[in-house]
Amino acid sequence: MALAFDEFGRPFILIKDQEQKTRLRGLDAQKANISAAKAVARILRTSLGPKGMDKMLQSPDGEVTITNDGATILEQMDVDNQIAKLMVELSRSQDYEIGDGTTGVVVIAGALLEQAEKLLECGIHPIRIAEGYEMASRVAVEHLEHISQKFEFGTTNIEPLVQTCMTTLSSKIVNRCKRPLAEIAVKAVLAVADLERKDVNLDLIKVEGKVGGKLEDTELVYGIVVDKDMSHPQMPKQIENAKIAILTCPFEPPKPKTKHKVDIDTVEKFQTLRQQEQKYFDDMVQKCKDVGATLVICQWGFDDEANHLLMHRNLPAVRWVGGVELELIAIATGGRIVPRFQELTPEKLGKAGLVREKSFGTTKDRMLYIEQCANSRAVTIFIRGGNKMMIEETKRSLHDALCVARNLICNNSIVYGGGSAEISCSVAVESAADRYPGVEQYAIRAFADALDSVPMALAENSGLQPIETLSAVKAQQIKENNPCCGIDCNDVGTNDMREQNVFETLIGKQQQILLATQVVKMILKIDDVISPSEY
Amino acid sequence: MAVDKLFKDEATEEKGERARMASFVGAMAIADLVKATLGPKGMDKVLQSTGRGRSVTVTNDGATILKSLHIDNPAAKVLVDISKVQDDEVGDGTTSVVVLAGELLREAEKLVAAKIHPMTVISGYRMAAECARNALLQRVMDNKDDAERFKADLMKIAMTTLSSKILSQDKEHFAKLAVDAVMRLKGSTNLEAIQIIKKPGGSLKDSFIDEGFILDKKMGIGQPKRIENAKILVANTAMDTDKVKIYGARVRVDSMSRVAQIEGAEKEKMKEKVQKIIAHGTNCFVNRQLIYNFPEELFADAGILAIEHADFDGIERLALVTGGEIASTFDNPESFKLGHCKLIEEIMIGEDKLIHFSGVEMGQACTIVLRGARVLLGGGWPEMVMAKEVDELARRTPGKKSHAIEAFSRALQAIPTTIADNAGLDSAELISQLRAEHHKEGCTAGIDILSGAVGGMEKLGISESFKVKQAVLLSATEAAEMILRVDEIITCAPRKREDRM
Repeated sequence: MALAFDEFGRPFILIKDQEQKTRLRGLDAQKANISAAKAVARILRTSLGPKGMDKMLQSPDGEVTITNDGATILEQMDVDNQIAKLMVELSRSQDYEIGDGTTGVVVIAGALLEQAEKLLECGIHPIRIAEGYEMASRVAVEHLEHISQKFEFGTTNIEPLVQTCMTTLSSKIVNRCKRPLAEIAVKAVLAVADLERKDVNLDLIKVEGKVGGKLEDTELVYGIVVDKDMSHPQMPKQIENAKIAILTCPFEPPKPKTKHKVDIDTVEKFQTLRQQEQKYFDDMVQKCKDVGATLVICQWGFDDEANHLLMHRNLPAVRWVGGVELELIAIATGGRIVPRFQELTPEKLGKAGLVREKSFGTTKDRMLYIEQCANSRAVTIFIRGGNKMMIEETKRSLHDALCVARNLICNNSIVYGGGSAEISCSVAVESAADRYPGVEQYAIRAFADALDSVPMALAENSGLQPIETLSAVKAQQIKENNPCCGIDCNDVGTNDMREQNVFETLIGKQQQILLATQVVKMILKIDDVISPSEY
Repeated sequence: MAVDKLFKDEATEEKGERARMASFVGAMAIADLVKATLGPKGMDKVLQSTGRGRSVTVTNDGATILKSLHIDNPAAKVLVDISKVQDDEVGDGTTSVVVLAGELLREAEKLVAAKIHPMTVISGYRMAAECARNALLQRVMDNKDDAERFKADLMKIAMTTLSSKILSQDKEHFAKLAVDAVMRLKGSTNLEAIQIIKKPGGSLKDSFIDEGFILDKKMGIGQPKRIENAKILVANTAMDTDKVKIYGARVRVDSMSRVAQIEGAEKEKMKEKVQKIIAHGTNCFVNRQLIYNFPEELFADAGILAIEHADFDGIERLALVTGGEIASTFDNPESFKLGHCKLIEEIMIGEDKLIHFSGVEMGQACTIVLRGARVLLGGGWPEMVMAKEVDELARRTPGKKSHAIEAFSRALQAIPTTIADNAGLDSAELISQLRAEHHKEGCTAGIDILSGAVGGMEKLGISESFKVKQAVLLSATEAAEMILRVDEIITCAPRKREDRM
């Protein structure tokens, strides 16, 4: 490491423990960063598209995950390199914001960096590249807006939504039954959507999975499914027109929080205390009964005695229900969560048409279905599948599909998939490049080339000749002035994505380009990497 | 410039061909491991646990074997997982599912080596699985309307299942036990009501199904050993000093006499509780928790049989079969449902004493209401049927997919082949005969392991359940597909165990 010396020949110590740190500066730093980011992008590249492959990840505890969801792969990959971590962040923010396209965003970023590397070698200053990219991304985003199409859907006409969700699902392992799953996702989103405010609260959609059965058995339950059973084995397994008391207080004697002691020193006191205790239980059950509840859902446990009293008074109860589920139940049934028995009133009870316990397979698994709720705006997607990994992957895939449906409800613009949007943007950016004077022009052109990498990866993964296919499609787009031409991954015979019904959301695509450009800019601006060497 | 470190230390990454190889090899190794246990002449495995005692299990149940293995290969873990699910969901066919998935991957490996893209293989497999399932659906037999035949079917299935286990010498006996036990449930599939009590000693033939209920507990001392027309109170309550549960309560006394007084009050309290229990008019009290000496004595005085510390399952089951409620408080005897049974007695099995409840309520109403059960023939018949259909599909399908479909049919045939191999028969000869037989319409031919020849399965009465076969087919294909789709394996550094030495 280069050291500076003062006039007495002593080195200046700029950084703590300077000798033990490695330091990369200037072009070397940028190149190292770029190659790390490229390595990450390369891993994800093969997962892109309907014929993309999956990755198998083994966690430190030996758990196996099989997925082709970009965000999940990166999250579990256990990367150490700081730039690679940035890419992980990138994919995660796409996941949070849009929920879909987590693989694509990393691939674009990787391609942008690859192009930047070439420009750096030509001696163009990284900041100029970053600026060029910025301009180009603006052009691309505008162009996307331009080629996007609005499409109309309503509660009765859900076909366009289903088609878009199917595009998302077709790259996952669940594509065997993408149609039913897409329908489930769309129906679920529509059930909780507020179409006037164009707002969807995905928290109201609960995704539960249980191993066993077929993927085709996956169902949408208009209500809540809780992985719990009745507290007493002999309570009724089915309740119609249930009035539900939702409690966050345990069926136990109160535990005042202030420190206290109850001293027993006489027989009388012992007896009064005992009676008091019995009265507590009796009162609690009585209060629930008085307000007319026919089902008690409690966040805490019950004492054996309370349990029996409930059973005895014919008041079914569920215990140890988690906080999130409790909230969902409250929303769905229109009830209020009651923290104290004293506050229990008939108005605070939730209502559900049918509550039933359902058992599965030969194991003693039981689940509680709460259906026909007063407020049907909370739904559960109940996934079945051959094994645990399958269910986990289905959950992730459905999450993507749900996000896509939500995005469409917020903003009903779509662009065509299959790489067609990227090709069209690339053409637009390329032609825009000529209008910019200065060095940025090169960067803008590089940006156009980078955009081509998505359709290239698609073609590659589908077993097509990447360069040949891409140039053919590009020529066709320009010739026919048709931005819907994309890569025919499924070998359908046409590359017009409109005919193939391959849609993606506009905001998803825009976000991909913006996020990727942002990260690339960030990486390009780094010119000094100081990291502790071996420790 | 090469990236020197992308992953954390010790994390490994395998790509492309190598990753695929690793998962194929892992999955096939697992399949080969359990392969030898398939079929009626399959061999058993001895498993020695690493835990304390080094206990030894001898089994040929696929799920049990795989569960006990410590596996590092991620693909192998997928197979272990499907076998576990098969066990949970249908309870049978745990070996077949692994063997089939292994064979599918073995065939896939050949195709991939011949430069067919895994995705093509997958789509071929999917078509084939769908076709195979339809083939099964068409040929399924449903005897749910005919109670006698249904029972016979159940018998056959149970016998077929058991014939590969160590019990095979007494399979008829056990199959009858199992079927009788299940039939008793009146069509509900709640297997919890069937209790299996194991007692070493005696020969296997001495196993019996009891129409009542047996609790592995001893009776209290000095209490009646035999009660007729018992009224049973099943409880889950503390029969000790019954602590005051109000938080922060504690006893504080300042003299010996006070201690005695409190003690007296406690005793009084217990006594009261016992009195209440007696007031229910019960003559048998079964508690999940301990019953202390003092209440036990009181019960003995009142001539009540008190059983303490029954396990949770036992309590639930007992309440279920006797029709009683599980009680924890005893204040309203009038509205409380007691369980009933005709006779409670202590019986001896070998050296051990058990408590036997007979003439229970559920048992009396043992009319047979049946659920639909769909049956297929066994002995490799379903696999051959599927293989034939799949083969035909392959011939109709244009393109590279047809190779994959053909491969699927070969994988299906591997199951009867393995069964025959395990029985020491000439598998090549038998399978080709079998295939020829299956070209005739309405064929019922399968491998008759006992005589070592091809025979009519219907005559021999070898059946399997449709549900099991379907689950085997679907989950094996699903697992194979999952493994095939993988082109990269990233293994994180194993979590360091803290050394507790």
